[in-house]
Parts: sequence; C-alpha cells; structure tokens
Amino acid sequence: MVGTKKKKGSKTAVNLILGVICFLWILPTFGLFASSFRPAADILQTGWWKVFPHQEWKAGQTVQLPKEVDLREPIEVNGKTYTDEQLKAGVKADGSRLMWENRRARTVNMQEQGWQAVPDLTLDNYKNVLSGKEYTLKEADGSETVQKGSGLSQAFWNTLTIAVPATVIPVLIASFAAYAFSWLRFPGRKTLFVIIIAMLVIPIQVALIPVLKDYTALGLNGSYLGIWLAHTAFGLPLVTYFMYNFISQLPKDLFESAFIDGASHFTIFSRLILPLSVPALASIGIFQFLWVWNDYLVSLIFIGNQPSVQVMSMKIADLVGSRGNDWHLLTSAAFISMLMPLAIFFLLQKYFVRGLMGGSVKG
Amino acid sequence: MDVQIRPEPGAAGARARQRISGRAVLLSLGVLLANIVVNGLIFLFFRDSTLHPLLTAVLAVLWGVLGVYLIYYTLTWAVEQYPDHVRSKVLPYVFVGPAVLILGWLLILPALRTLYLSFFNASSEKFVGLSNYAAIFSDRLMGTALRNNLLWVFVGTLACVCFGLLIAILADRSSYERIAKSIIFMPMAISFVAAGVIWKFVYYYQPGDEQIGLLNAIVTYFGGEPQAWTSMLQPWNNFFLIIILIWMQTGFAMVIFSAAIKGVPEDILEAARVDGASEVKIFFGIMIPYISTTILTVTTTIIVFTLKIFDVVMVMTGGQYDTEVVATQFYRQFFMYRNFGYGSTLAIVLLIAVLPVILINLRQFRKQGGF
Repeated sequence: MVGTKKKKGSKTAVNLILGVICFLWILPTFGLFASSFRPAADILQTGWWKVFPHQEWKAGQTVQLPKEVDLREPIEVNGKTYTDEQLKAGVKADGSRLMWENRRARTVNMQEQGWQAVPDLTLDNYKNVLSGKEYTLKEADGSETVQKGSGLSQAFWNTLTIAVPATVIPVLIASFAAYAFSWLRFPGRKTLFVIIIAMLVIPIQVALIPVLKDYTALGLNGSYLGIWLAHTAFGLPLVTYFMYNFISQLPKDLFESAFIDGASHFTIFSRLILPLSVPALASIGIFQFLWVWNDYLVSLIFIGNQPSVQVMSMKIADLVGSRGNDWHLLTSAAFISMLMPLAIFFLLQKYFVRGLMGGSVKG
Repeated sequence: MDVQIRPEPGAAGARARQRISGRAVLLSLGVLLANIVVNGLIFLFFRDSTLHPLLTAVLAVLWGVLGVYLIYYTLTWAVEQYPDHVRSKVLPYVFVGPAVLILGWLLILPALRTLYLSFFNASSEKFVGLSNYAAIFSDRLMGTALRNNLLWVFVGTLACVCFGLLIAILADRSSYERIAKSIIFMPMAISFVAAGVIWKFVYYYQPGDEQIGLLNAIVTYFGGEPQAWTSMLQPWNNFFLIIILIWMQTGFAMVIFSAAIKGVPEDILEAARVDGASEVKIFFGIMIPYISTTILTVTTTIIVFTLKIFDVVMVMTGGQYDTEVVATQFYRQFFMYRNFGYGSTLAIVLLIAVLPVILINLRQFRKQGGF
C-alpha cells in the first residue's frame, strides 16, 4: 500500500512537469494560430499575445505647441523639456505618454493607459488565401488593372491526389518485399536486403539531378506518376525497414499451417499478413502520408511551375518568396496547410501506439 | 483467388518439370506486356487529360491505389501457371522485384552517377580525379558546414532522445497521457515551411522597444537587450535552429518510446517494486535495458534525419550567418552555382558520413537473428 500512496503523491508533480512541457510545446503553434486572425497591420506592429486583454496607450488630450518652437532645440511641453527623438518614440511623463501627434502642426498627444480587452480579430486572411488575394497592378501606360491571385483550393486537391497514392504504393510494395525477405528463402536475399536498408542513409539530394534527367527524357516530369514514383523511391527504404521489423516478428507457425494447407504465398499475404499488419500499415502509412503532404523539395524539383499540379507547400513557399511582407497571408496559409495532417493525426492516433509496438519493440 | 493444391513431390515433381509449357511462358509474357501497355496508356491519358480537375484527381487516386495491387496480382497469377519448382524460385523475385527496381532506378543508379560526377569538373566535362575532395576539405565554408552538421547530429539527437524518453515516462504515469502525447507529437504533422513561419514569430527581431517576436518580448520584459537570435548571435544561432528540430522530432521519439515502455511486462516491474527498488533504479535497471533495441532504432533514425538536415536551415536563414550545413552547401553548389563536380562531391561526403550509422544497424539486425 506504501507504493500506491507514493505513486499518488508524485502524480501531481508528474502532471505539473508534463503540463509545463506541453505548454512550451504548444506555445509557438498557438502564436501562429492567434496571428492568423489578426489584421495585417497589427501582425507587423505588435506581438500576437496582444490578443489577450492588456494595457495599451490610447490617444488622449492634445497639446498645441506655439508656432515658433524650433524642432531641433530641446522642446518644452507642459513645463518639461524633451528632445525631438524622445517625442518621436514617445516619452513617459506623470503617468501619461507624450508623443508627436502631428510634428508639422506641432501638436503633441498626451496618451493615457487603458485596458484593451476585446482583440481585433478578422477572417480576412483566410478569405484572401482561399479565394486568392486581389492585386492592383499599375500598367506601363498608367492604367490600373486588378488581378486575382490563385487560391489554395486547386493546390489542396493536387496535394491530396499526390499524397494518397504516394502513401499506398510504397507501403504495399514495401510489405510485399518485407514478406519475401522475412519468410521466403531465395538466393541474393541477404544482399538485396542490405542494399535496401543501406539506402536509408542516401540523402535524396544525391538522386535529384540524375532522376530529373531521366524524367525529362521519359516525359514523366510534372505528371502524377512521376511524383508518385519519386516519393515511393525516397520513402521505400524506411517503410521496408519498418515493415520488415513487423512482419518478421509474426509467429511463424501461423502461416506455416496455411501454407501446408495449400494456400499460395499471395493468398497468405493478402488474407493473413495484410490484416495482421493493419496497425503497422496504419502507423507507417500515416508517417509516409505526413511526409508527402509536407514535402517541399521533391515537389519543387519534379513538378516545377505547372499550376495544374502544384502542391500547397509550393504555394506557401511562393508566398514567402514573392511577397515577403504579406505575413497575414502566410499565417493563414500555413495554418490551412496544417489542418489536414493534424486531422489525420488526431483521428488515427490510436493506431500509432498499436502499430509502433509490434514493429520496434522486441527486447 | 483459388487455393493451390501443391503437387506431391517425387513423381509429380518430375511430371511438373516437363510441363514448363509454351502456354505458361506465353501467358506470363502476355501478363507482363499487358501490365506495361495498360499502365502506359493510363499514364498517357492522365498526361493529356482535359477532364475536370476533381474528376481527374479521383480517377488518378483510384489508378494509383488499385494499379499497384493489380500488378502484383496479375504477376503472381502468371507465375502460378508454372510448375511448382519454378514457381517457388521465381515468386520471391516477383515480391521483392518492384521494390528493387524502383530503388535501383531512382536511388542506387543516381547515387553511382553522382559518385562518377564527383570526379569531374564543374561542368562535368573534364576528369579532375580527387581534386574536388581536396578542395572541400581545405574550404573554410565547408569546415563550418561540417562543424554545424556535427552540432546538429550530436545536440539534436541527444536532446530528442532524452526529451522523448522523459516525456514518454512522465506521460505513462500521468492522467492526461493522451492529450499530452498529442500536443508533443503535433509538430511532426507540420511541414517545414509552416514550422519556419511559426518559429519566425518566436525569433523575430527588430531594434527598439516593441518586439513582435516572443523570445525578444520575454527578454525585454525582464529588462534585457533584444537579440537577433538566428543571425548575429554566432555560433549560438545554430542552437536556436536546432531547437526547431527538437521541437519537431521529439514527438517521434516519444511515441515509439511510449509504446516500448508499455511493452515492459508489468510483473517484472511489480516484482522489482515488491523487492523495494526505487523508481529511478527500476528505470535504469529494468526499463532502459528492456527497451535498448528501441532506443538504438530511434537514435539511428534521428541521426540519419539530422545528418541530412536541409529544410530548417533553408527556411530560417538560407544558410547565412555561419549556419550552413552540408546539405544546404550541396544545394547551393548544385542548383545555384551549377558546380556539378563540387556539388556531387558534397553529396558523396554526406553519404560517407552516414555509413557508420548504417553499419551499426546492420549489425543489430544480425543480432536480432534476422540475418
């Protein structure tokens, strides 16, 4: 009974430490989330924590200085002298803050501190990103035209069309291979397996240029098949490694009896191995899906600038690159790109634990 | 899928040996050809498709998902037309074949081609022997990149593994396990591009009083001077980038460790507790040894990942301010300066750096009895 008592006492401490860690972990993401609802100007001027109630300087009484005041000299306001610089940045005096209201008209504002409880929030950032922001362009002849930037919806479907097969294909191919490596004996088995595992360490940059040359020659560039194959190849070593860990640990007698009963390997694979591996398939599948969904480099190289196939990460990187100061668009775009992976992750979470257990956990 | 009855060995086997008939050969060749032609036609259809984008998307997904299964199904069917002794020899290659072919074409051959290019000059026209390699190791920038990579691998991996283990253990004893694990794991689901945006809001620096970056706001609140965390603060800026990796990867380590800890048999732990062992002793004496294989696997995965680190650096600093790593150097040489010889050499150096990790892993595989 001593044990349980001690356990209960330390539980509060455990929860506390865990709570602090979780708070630190979620803080950066929450910052992005809060920022994505703030008006464009606010994002650039104040920190996102200003969405919480806080004290703020608000415009108060206006003091009109005499016309003849020299702006380069020490300036007298209400009996005290300040420099021009101080008045530009704002200087505290008797609980209020003095700041130029209009330097040319020589008016100084005495700002008062007050509570700002209701934050300025807006959905405009999301609207602009989803439907495409409108830009006013000045033509060479002086006339102005309004252009609509492309939205994220097409990119969203493209990403999905690429990510689903690019998850299923490598997982299936890897499972077939893992089954053969685990339970079939054939010459070259060891060598082939070692080669596949060794591929784990190949930085994909090594492969990009040669593969790009082949793709251009075959017309695979910018096609669905091309990008599926690329993701398959780059993900395959790890998926095979993972599936081998799982499938090779399944009890041998389970399908030995099926084999003696006359079942073919294909039947055993699809009727026994695949159903038994569902937890592993799900967890590695989710990983692969997340990688493909979040990938930037591979898409950049093999899709290029064909808008009909472009994926979301490319669109967002475009936002960073071409309109570096549109932070408000970036925040909402980044958040939209996170929605799908987060949904998948939270929905299928329980499979992680079950799947990962069988794979890597053998004493 | 019909269940095959295996013929009796001996006489039947001998009879089967004679039956490698023209029909089976023709059938299997036909199946192979049909696969190539059908998938080729579908590919052409999608390339020139003028259908509605959404319909194209649905059809493409169907093709991608079902196509790969059908290829295996038809090929296996073709192999089953052969007598037993041929079938059992060929079938494994049907199973591993596609994996080997794709890897061979898209990873192994390219790696060899890159190795070949690394012995040539910038435009890949003149053979220069090992001079690219010599140039790399006398390059100051390369020295920085190697140092940074070491930092990434050592600090990043150690922190991910330790944090992952700590959080897994804490979560196991907490009443909020599910929600805590979700929060820690969440960054895994975030792309590097999005993570870059998120962390720019943490590290953002502007001179003066009002800070919109969280870290500088905290520092100035306590009366400190705001810092340009990722640029001017050399060499510590590397650590601020590594924190992003830790933030993203710890969840991965934690999920796997958590599963492993749950795999430790309860009766062993109970017995140790009855014997009066402290929790710390149980942790180091029972848990760590029990999950040592898992720790190795996780460490390996994270080391390999950090050695190839590219996106974090690219998004946050673009490799400026002495934060260059080998992969960003490679990208610069290859895609910006078009120095194919030098770029290839960098890729090969990276490859050599990762080799020991893989050797350790293969040894582990042998120990597990797999090989």
